[in-house]
Amino acid sequence: MNKSSMLDYIWLVPALPLFGAALLLTFGKRIGEPIAGWIATALMFGSFVVSVFMFGALRGLPSGEHAHTVKLFDWFASGGFKVSMGFLADPLSVTWILFVTGIATLIHLYSIGYMHGDARFSRFFAYLNLFVASMLILVLGSNFLVTFLGWEGVGLCSYLLISFWFERNSAAVAGKKAFVTTRVGDLGFMIAMFLIFGSLGTLDYAVVGEKIGGLASGTITAIALLLFLGAVGKSAQIPLHFWLPDAMEGPTPVSALIHAATMVTAGIFIVARAHPIFEASQAAQDVVMWVGAITALLAATVALVQTDIKRVLAYSTVSQLGYMFLALGVGAYTAAIGLVVAHAFFKAALFLGSGSVIHGLDENQDIRTMGRLRKYMPLTGFGFIVAWLAIAGLPPFAGFWAKDEVLAKAFFHGDYAVWFIGVVAAILTAFYMTRETFLVWFGNERFAVVSSETEIDGEAAHAESHSETHADSSSDSHAESHEAGMISTESPTVAYGTAPAPARMTHPPHEAPATMTIPVLILAALAAIGGILILPFKGFEYLGHFLEPVFETVEPIEVPSFAAGFGLSTLAVVVAITGVLIGRGMYRKGLEDPADDPLDRRLGSLGRVFGNAYYFDAVLARCVDGPIRRFAEWIANTVDQGIIDGAVNGVASGVASISNGVRRAQGGVVRQYALVVFAGVAALLIFALVRS
Amino acid sequence: MVTLVLFIAFAIIALVGALGVVISRNPVHSALWLVATLLSMAGFFILEGAYLVSAVQVIVYASAIVVLFLFVIMLLGVDREESLSDPLKVQRPVALMLGLVVFALLIGLMGNHWATGGESATAALNSGGGGNVERVAREIFTTYLWPFELTSALLVVAVVGGVALARRSRRAEAASEVAP
Amino acid sequence: MIITPTWYLVLAAALFAIGAVGMLVRRNVIVMFMCVELMLNAVNLTFVTFSKTLNDLSGQVAVFFVLVVAAAEVAIGLALIVAIFRRRHTGTTADDISELRG
Repeated sequence: MNKSSMLDYIWLVPALPLFGAALLLTFGKRIGEPIAGWIATALMFGSFVVSVFMFGALRGLPSGEHAHTVKLFDWFASGGFKVSMGFLADPLSVTWILFVTGIATLIHLYSIGYMHGDARFSRFFAYLNLFVASMLILVLGSNFLVTFLGWEGVGLCSYLLISFWFERNSAAVAGKKAFVTTRVGDLGFMIAMFLIFGSLGTLDYAVVGEKIGGLASGTITAIALLLFLGAVGKSAQIPLHFWLPDAMEGPTPVSALIHAATMVTAGIFIVARAHPIFEASQAAQDVVMWVGAITALLAATVALVQTDIKRVLAYSTVSQLGYMFLALGVGAYTAAIGLVVAHAFFKAALFLGSGSVIHGLDENQDIRTMGRLRKYMPLTGFGFIVAWLAIAGLPPFAGFWAKDEVLAKAFFHGDYAVWFIGVVAAILTAFYMTRETFLVWFGNERFAVVSSETEIDGEAAHAESHSETHADSSSDSHAESHEAGMISTESPTVAYGTAPAPARMTHPPHEAPATMTIPVLILAALAAIGGILILPFKGFEYLGHFLEPVFETVEPIEVPSFAAGFGLSTLAVVVAITGVLIGRGMYRKGLEDPADDPLDRRLGSLGRVFGNAYYFDAVLARCVDGPIRRFAEWIANTVDQGIIDGAVNGVASGVASISNGVRRAQGGVVRQYALVVFAGVAALLIFALVRS
Repeated sequence: MVTLVLFIAFAIIALVGALGVVISRNPVHSALWLVATLLSMAGFFILEGAYLVSAVQVIVYASAIVVLFLFVIMLLGVDREESLSDPLKVQRPVALMLGLVVFALLIGLMGNHWATGGESATAALNSGGGGNVERVAREIFTTYLWPFELTSALLVVAVVGGVALARRSRRAEAASEVAP
Repeated sequence: MIITPTWYLVLAAALFAIGAVGMLVRRNVIVMFMCVELMLNAVNLTFVTFSKTLNDLSGQVAVFFVLVVAAAEVAIGLALIVAIFRRRHTGTTADDISELRG
């Protein structure tokens, strides 16, 4: 089999998880736990293996060729509008499918442990598979419409998964919020597609890339900005960022999947895929850069004071995505993708680690009532700490190289203001991640284990006895605590400003089962050594070289001298260490009183602004509830009922009165009809007489 | 001279019969008046040399069809006399007026050849041998063979339809017993 | 005095008008049917007259077809009347059958 034809099998990559989703949705109940999870994981792993082969096949293409389009079938043709269901295998998409399938496999594996005992175990895996399949279709699409198919699929699955525990009102609301918010962005994507087709007559990436230069600059900018609106929605950038923190209502593996592999990187991908459009419009690039920079900074400040273990990570993701858009805006596509990959590694590790923590602490998500968990969950702790070092930007972990690259490119591109914002955000990132890490894993224990005398029922005692062997995989107490958490209709998510609830547990924290610790450790290892892919030294830029053909038309940003680059890197290290040290100084001993956060004390009212995410949600809610609701009601009552319904009813009553008149003609009396017919005969005769 | 007398006599019978059909309050009388008109019509056909048509007129119309009418009248018992006043007020005067108008228009149209075209497009009255019957028969079975065969189909349809409509089905009977 | 075709045609026109008016003014369905026959006969008379005037046998053949149609029409029409009257015992005139009133 020659290499080129091997790439024809790229459709297997999304097809395998899609098949899994179909299988589990149909027979999920019968297959049951844990086989359903293993099937889904195996299919995901198969997809990853195929991706690796695709990578090899792509490398094996003869020089000069770097992309291979696989046309499966004509999707539809209408007049001059032809869309084929095609997949595009080029370095960009293959990079994406590699890390998406790889990380998704680990998350699937982790979910087998995490979702243990859930009533909708099989359905969860069906949704996960569908989610990943949608993302793969999005990435592999050879034209905008196929990408849009995946784009919408991702949106649907995010809705299904975020509100997976829909018994909880907050989860149902969060799912709707995510769906509706990203829909706003989807509208931009759709209009951009209309514009592209309207002006170029095609939606194929290759053709669009060639022809885009011939358009008026205003059109290009409009297309680029509308596409970017779609990206903003999916990638949770300001002003459409607010759905992502609420998405924490979903099961933790879903959060990990959304943040690391699927969904949020779709926005980055579409900008990278459509880079010819953005390259052709300086204004659009500036918008991308500034939105990214502002988001990176603001989200980092919000993350500072959050008290929920997952919300910190959520705002951290928003901030990191801001970095990526910043890089895209300055034209450093490779740097952005490097950060996407590195971020995928460490953020997945962080999320899965925090999932284990939540699991081990009976659904407690409040970092103020944790502490010194290192002692109880050594493996997870190790993974989490490595990922922390990576995201904080300490060498030699992947995060350092990626972030350093982004900031260096911004600096050498001449965007000093943006670079400065990035540096500030980097300090904040190092700080808030240090804060979380120390509050969770080090310092003093701020939870209380209820002694066994106070327990009355034997079942809890049974759980107690089991938890002594907490390192064992999936003990019964595990399932019980989990089920208890699932049935409860109260959200475990801790909003900023709520007092820490005293954490009382029937048993000490326990280490997660092997299916959960192994993915965390693998991801942590990748976060540690993933930097190899993106080392900024000659001969080591594997990812850069690999992606080069995709971005060959983009002017590279040259580093003027080794000294300058080295200086910037040193500065980045200093920045990261500063952030870590401040955080360590403040939280090394944990918290004296869970209700009293030293950072909150110091920030004062500013902290409340940060904590409430600049009151964005509150203002939005006020707007939606106030003027927008009134506007909608006005539309509903006056415009809709008065004018539109009035018109409809008017037409109806007009027709009714006319037909009332006409009805008399239809008297039902045959002789009347005959009279009319006879009058017609007379008229015909008159006509004949006159004509002759 | 004889023909003139015959014509006038037939014309009077035909007109009186037609008026009798319309004016009689009893449908049985109407049917009898109709026979008078139909028979005088057969007389006209003889006067005009259409012997076969005349015979068929007597056999089919004056006997078969009228007998059928009378059968139905008796079967249904609808030989009640109609009231003279018409519930539709405008119907009678308008109908009369329209009838006069149409009559006048038909007379007016008679003077021109708008509807008739040229002479003898297919077969002359006295072409070929034999009498009227033979000539008409030849026409029907040569020139008009196809329409003639179609009329047989029409008659079959009419027979089947008539049977289907008039048959008293068991279900309809049950329904009619429940309905009132 | 010679009988010209015009006489026949005037007579046919008169019969046709009488039949038409009768059709409009009478309410007994069967009498209305007879009026239809009157009109058909008037047409037949016209056919035969023109057949003679124009020296064309087709007119007489047409009368045959009219006869066939009339026979079929009577058969179907009377069957309809029978069917209708069997269901409705109340009305016997055309005015009573007015369910299709708009």
